[in-house]
Amino acid sequence: MPENLVNSYRLGPDADGHFGAYGGRYVAETLMPLILDLERAYGEAKTDPQYHAELDGLLKHYVGRPSQLYYAERLTEHLGGAKIYLKREDLNHTGAHKINNCLGQVLLALRMGKTRLIAETGAGQHGVATATVAARFNLPCVVYMGEIDMERQKPNVFRMRLLGAEVRGVKSGSKVLKDAMNEALRDWVANVKDTFYIIGTAAGPHPYPMMVRDFQSVIGNETKAQILEREGRLPDLVAACVGGGSNAIGMFHPFLDDPSVEIHGVEAAGEGVDTPHHAASLTKGAPGVLHGQRSYLLQDRDGQITEAYSISAGLDYPGIGPEHSWLKDMGRVQYFPVTDKQALDAFMTLSKLEGIIPALESSHAVAHVMRIAGDMPKDKIIVLCLSGRGDKDVFSVAKVLGEKI
Amino acid sequence: MSRIAKRFTDLAKANKSAFVPFVTAGDPDADFTAALMAKLPGIGADLIELGVPFSDPMADGPAIQASSQRALAAGMSLAKVLELVRRFRKVDNRTPLVLMGYFNPIHAFGTARFVKEAAEAGVDGLIVVDLPPEEDEALRLPAAAQGIDIVRLATPTTSDARLPKVLQGAGGFLYYVSIAGVTGTKSFSEDEVRAAVARLKSASGLPVAVGFGIKTAENAAFIAKCADGAVVGSAIVEKIAAGGNVNDTLDFCSELASAVHSARG
Repeated sequence: MPENLVNSYRLGPDADGHFGAYGGRYVAETLMPLILDLERAYGEAKTDPQYHAELDGLLKHYVGRPSQLYYAERLTEHLGGAKIYLKREDLNHTGAHKINNCLGQVLLALRMGKTRLIAETGAGQHGVATATVAARFNLPCVVYMGEIDMERQKPNVFRMRLLGAEVRGVKSGSKVLKDAMNEALRDWVANVKDTFYIIGTAAGPHPYPMMVRDFQSVIGNETKAQILEREGRLPDLVAACVGGGSNAIGMFHPFLDDPSVEIHGVEAAGEGVDTPHHAASLTKGAPGVLHGQRSYLLQDRDGQITEAYSISAGLDYPGIGPEHSWLKDMGRVQYFPVTDKQALDAFMTLSKLEGIIPALESSHAVAHVMRIAGDMPKDKIIVLCLSGRGDKDVFSVAKVLGEKI
Repeated sequence: MSRIAKRFTDLAKANKSAFVPFVTAGDPDADFTAALMAKLPGIGADLIELGVPFSDPMADGPAIQASSQRALAAGMSLAKVLELVRRFRKVDNRTPLVLMGYFNPIHAFGTARFVKEAAEAGVDGLIVVDLPPEEDEALRLPAAAQGIDIVRLATPTTSDARLPKVLQGAGGFLYYVSIAGVTGTKSFSEDEVRAAVARLKSASGLPVAVGFGIKTAENAAFIAKCADGAVVGSAIVEKIAAGGNVNDTLDFCSELASAVHSARG
């Protein structure tokens, strides 16, 4: 579909879960009836005012929403160009945007009469958020986490256990996020009656990409209202990091039909997109099918999935949500790679200039903004989604810096 | 009549169920698989399922995951799987051969090119685990044009309401997944499998083979009594993983084949 024939970028997915050529429901037959059920239940919940009232109440009183839109004055001065605002998802309960989605899904699980939660996690933020809602609603919870990620994110492993979740280390494949997702899918196939799978990103089989986007759109919707109140106009640019892409799609979606707003997604380039060690599926991948969806994927010529790499466990995923693939092809959103080193620099800079320690994931978006803001006029406005806080990352950053803590 | 249809028709006339061994192509290497395949029909394999290894086999349990990794580490690819099929067809032109795997390697190969080369090589059917009826048209239509059957999976979660969707476009035979779970893990319930097979047979004219939880000769014999075929995968793959050579593997398969073929007396 040529771009000039599109009336809106916000109509997807179609009835079968496709965003253009992406998305869909590529799952084993055992799971098909479950995801069709989920789609039905979500469709009903979406139009139920009581469901929304309960979710909104929790987002306000439990999560602390709305999250603040903060003018990063010193960062702006330091870069000498466009005005930079940070959407402070790091201030949410549990320290990242992930909780927005988990609350939406756990309320759905309860409506569907499910009594057990499972989740996959990479950096541990989604695992912590799932363990949190499991504790809050008194549901048993198993979180699958690659063994390499468990090593990188020890504090989050401890937090999940503290919250009462069982963390199961995943030894298969490359022992990171994608393998945790495989293992969660295997658990779900084996426990179809009682289990609800809370997917943490805007990926997986339909209806997950749509559902997660809807739950995360609270980020962009609040941002829009807040910036209009502060500046009386929309921003010129919004930016967010993309791994699977849930904070990004939540930030972007409400702005897709505002042509004056430029939109940038930031991928993890690891050691560089011209090395084998990166997680830049849009920049370097090709369309393929994994984890229930068709989307851009890091894969070899034989269609085997290759290992993604990033210093940030939350971006270390060889795929991306299907709506991002579509938005890239349509040209509505541009995607840029940022290396580990650039992200680390941004991590330090934001910590020192603003007293805000960003998650390594979010540091990728910060790095991208640091790269472009200085060349933009001072009357331009950038909003950057600070998707999570960096407390969980201090150990791995110290290790890279060669410091013992 | 296709090789698959002919084989099931002949077996039905003889009042026998089909023994269907599954092996992962290239585990531990291509020559092992070629040697095994060449001898399987001789020890009673009625149809062969050849697994196409994939890096992320999310419907498979630990045994087949590990076998896929071994095969990939030894350099197996979809193109080389087709090469194994060609080698097999030089020695056997009657035993139906079905490839089982995931969609991405086919997608990367190019769907149209793949079905054409697969048909030329002598592939009779395809089981693509992560292509439910809702998504399989892009493969099913070109495959049908080449005379390749898309074998559909039915599972314990496939409701009566959903069954027509599964049956529409189904070819070759129906594969009933006997457990809600991944390959080689849980054990099936005999009563449930018997009822499910009866339900599938009354809804469809296709033969019904059962797989996913069949570990022993005794399991296989039970399936042979109520279904048109018994698929054994993980248990065979585990023999190979334990260091079994081609003859050890064939001995085990032979036991399974006898159990299947003698089950109906």
